[in-house]
Amino acid sequence: MDNVIGLAPWLVGFPLLGAAILLLGGKAADRWGHWLGVAASAASGVVGFILLAAMLGLPDDGRVLDHHLWTWLSAGGLDVDLGIRLDPLSVTFVMLVTFVGTLIHVYSVAYMAHDPHRRRFFAYLNLFVAAMLTLVLANSYLLLFVGWEGVGLASYLLIGFWDHERTNAVAAKKAFVMNRVGDMGLIAAMALMFATVGSVSFADVLPAAAGEAGPAGRLEPSTGTWTAIALLLLLAACGKSAQFPLQAWLGDAMAGPTPVSALIHAATMVTAGVYLMVRSATILEAAPTAQLVVVLVGGITLLFGAIVGCAKDDIKKALAASTMSQIGYMMLAAGLGPVGYAFAIFHLLTHGFFKAGLFLGAGSVMHGMDDNVDMRGYGGLSRFLPVTAVTMGLGWLAILGVPPFSGFWSKDRIIEAAFVGEGWQPWVFGTVTLVGAGITAFYMSRLFFMTFAGTRRWDDDHHPHESPFLMTAPMIVLAVGSVALGGLLAIGGTFTTWLEPVTGHVEHHEPVLPVWVITTLTLVLVLGGAALAFLQYAARRVPARAPHGSALTRAARRDLYQDPANEALVMLPGQVLTRTAVYADKAVVDGGWLGLAGSVTRAGDQIRKAQNGYARSYAAMTLAGVLVIAGVAGIAAAVTQ
Amino acid sequence: MEVTNYAVLASVLFAIGATTVLLRRNAIVVFMGVELMLNATNLAFVTFARLHGDLTGQVLAFFVMVVAAAEVVVGLAIIVTIFRTRRSASVDDVNLLKG
Repeated sequence: MDNVIGLAPWLVGFPLLGAAILLLGGKAADRWGHWLGVAASAASGVVGFILLAAMLGLPDDGRVLDHHLWTWLSAGGLDVDLGIRLDPLSVTFVMLVTFVGTLIHVYSVAYMAHDPHRRRFFAYLNLFVAAMLTLVLANSYLLLFVGWEGVGLASYLLIGFWDHERTNAVAAKKAFVMNRVGDMGLIAAMALMFATVGSVSFADVLPAAAGEAGPAGRLEPSTGTWTAIALLLLLAACGKSAQFPLQAWLGDAMAGPTPVSALIHAATMVTAGVYLMVRSATILEAAPTAQLVVVLVGGITLLFGAIVGCAKDDIKKALAASTMSQIGYMMLAAGLGPVGYAFAIFHLLTHGFFKAGLFLGAGSVMHGMDDNVDMRGYGGLSRFLPVTAVTMGLGWLAILGVPPFSGFWSKDRIIEAAFVGEGWQPWVFGTVTLVGAGITAFYMSRLFFMTFAGTRRWDDDHHPHESPFLMTAPMIVLAVGSVALGGLLAIGGTFTTWLEPVTGHVEHHEPVLPVWVITTLTLVLVLGGAALAFLQYAARRVPARAPHGSALTRAARRDLYQDPANEALVMLPGQVLTRTAVYADKAVVDGGWLGLAGSVTRAGDQIRKAQNGYARSYAAMTLAGVLVIAGVAGIAAAVTQ
Repeated sequence: MEVTNYAVLASVLFAIGATTVLLRRNAIVVFMGVELMLNATNLAFVTFARLHGDLTGQVLAFFVMVVAAAEVVVGLAIIVTIFRTRRSASVDDVNLLKG
């Protein structure tokens, strides 16, 4: 390991260098720029693979490595070393980001082939990969925050990539602003960590949360402070991972090019919140209340996303709602404590594969349908896009959790973990995850059947055709991952054992219901959801115009009124506040100073008249002044005598 | 020696000088008024110096004379220059410097 750990900075270095060259290269780089982008991401992947291989050669207890690079800042009591933390968790993320990232780079070469700004697109993609790797490799919350902001920036730039359309620019701004709300939480959490522990590095904060002695800050660490830190971290995670109540930006983020939706808004960046939760596991464990809140947030979001997903006719927005819902599963698992961490990350990994595959499939469908995203205008496309239909079909089976596809191994384990515990909690959380699985089956089947099954609903202007090989190849690879990855890593507990150095060893917990009952219930619900979708969207004719629908459908179509709610609860009071502040500034502050200045001017105008230019009047004034002084002096002398 | 006489004389001379400065327009006459005021103070200085048996007042009178002489040189030069350009010696005609 020692001989290859020096390579670790290159994980970030290659894509960062790629982004710099592409951004500074100018038009000269237009011809080969996209391949440079692919190469930078792939080089990072190769380094990641070498590190993974080296780590597999280490004994289990030696797999958490802090690679110190240099002292980053030293200010008073705060010393932050810039360094890389290599452990099974970060290496898992490195592999996911670089592998899926490289595939999506390749896909984009063809997808963006006709875009005049393809070079800039690849520069941003590389920038994103560099930032995401910084985020997961950081050895302190501060460096993590740098990556955190970096991915936010890249996401903003890529959502608004086609910013000549006003709506895209607005969507980018919305994502950026909502992410800022979360970032505030991370900054405040770091401030609290510094106050309690006197450090923001993982090596100091995490053991301190577990009750081990370390450097001390000014505040006495108590359950209250750890709860506050955990909740602030949760706020950050909610912003980045589009969890309730900061979920509103993800649907609009689909304004970006489809590869961006696949890479950033499905497979990697939006999972950063889950990473943050699992990374901060000991902090969460020190704050049981916060853990409960994490589970609640996850549960609410997974139902929220699932309900919204059922009503969306825009293929990308339906997938975005599904992403939100699946990340809700991961959050819920992360909040369950040690029984859930490994499954949260495992689901994150399998989800990264099948959701990226589904998004790329959606992009391929849009490619064949002249960028039309309305599923009501699709139908019967499997004959025209066979490869896309098969790869998306495998991704669909994976997200449904049909055995033996990937999703079965990860999502079912989360549902099982949700049923572990005492009192009311396992019953409520377990039911939520079960119902969520059923709804997931319904909306994903709806999406699949509306697109590929049934009769054609498009007019003769469209000529659906299969995408070029550069686009289908990544889809095939991801489809293989969607099929095999879950089983490969789950059988024999390979993945949970691999993560043990980070998440700790967990004894097996017995759920409140027998495992076979849970699995059967899940499968019944999934099959029921899929069958319902089949009856409604494949066996029957799908109306080309959306029917009026029930009150719930209409609400879900409008994202359960998340935008009106945000506008009424946050935006409107904010606007009232700013307008009042502007008014107060104008009326009171400006008014006061301008009034003062005005009276000084007016007084000056009056006094000015005394300066009339006549030397004799000046002389008279001088004389009068002398007489006054003499008079005063005389009176004073008379009084003192 | 009756101090009151000298003091009254000095006051009267000063008052005449001051009145001249305030009321007359001709710059030369105003100038003479200034000289009269200076000499009235000189008289007061010398009187009180004699009264107190102290030379300070007399020394100060010399200083005033020296300064007055210098002032006359500069002041007359200014008056002559103004007269050459404006053909007038009235102090009220030179009133351009005002607010």
